[in-house]
Amino acid sequence: MENGSSGAANQLDQFRQGSVAAFETLFRLHRRSVYAWILRIVRNPAAAEDLTIETFYRIYRAHARFQPARGFEAWARSIATHAALDWLRATHPESALLPDPALELAAPATADPAVSAEIRVKTAQAFNRLPPKLRIAATLAVVEEQPQKEVAMALGISVAAVKLRVFRGLRLLRKDLERQGITP
Amino acid sequence: MNARNEDRLKRLLQEALPRIEGEPEPGRDLWPAVLRRLDAQPAAPPWFDWALLAGLVGFVAFFPASIPVFLYYL
Repeated sequence: MENGSSGAANQLDQFRQGSVAAFETLFRLHRRSVYAWILRIVRNPAAAEDLTIETFYRIYRAHARFQPARGFEAWARSIATHAALDWLRATHPESALLPDPALELAAPATADPAVSAEIRVKTAQAFNRLPPKLRIAATLAVVEEQPQKEVAMALGISVAAVKLRVFRGLRLLRKDLERQGITP
Repeated sequence: MNARNEDRLKRLLQEALPRIEGEPEPGRDLWPAVLRRLDAQPAAPPWFDWALLAGLVGFVAFFPASIPVFLYYL
């Protein structure tokens, strides 16, 4: 067990010194969790793959600034979140987050029959029009039900700031839906 | 917005955008693309970025009183 943890620490130390071999090991170890995290934010498999590449590129470029005490996973997640945020800012609201057949984002198995498909689509579109900073907090905290502490760490803000962003995002979403005659 | 309304809105949002279950994998091996990205030269800033910076420096040189305004908006 000790050998395993000292091996991992050694790997992180080598990565910090710029070893590509150590970086590849870390990539193989964490690529799936980084990809899944990004996919949860952007909900587009092709964009999530590109952003995973961009994230690991940024990770390697920042290798000298890596602090082992913080842990690689949390650090990678924070970089991934900011890469995804950049993507959300650069992507036209109408083209992102639309229901993707590959993710089966239409009605879930437990869908409320009283909520029509049209309302679901309009809700997704209204959500997509939220400012990216609010959308990313609401996506992770409400849609994906990630612990607020983890969302805060990934965004580099406090838990109180996450709650505030979620609250503001939901308030804007409600106003947008009410303008369309939908009262949630 | 009271707690009950907020819960209803959250439920509607979760119905519109169902959560992604499990830990999905990328559809391809991304390592070769990461290596290609690392080998590629970083893109140089476009010329208009330099022009904008030069314009800003010139403006500040002629109107130093505008510096606090810029600092406020940064």
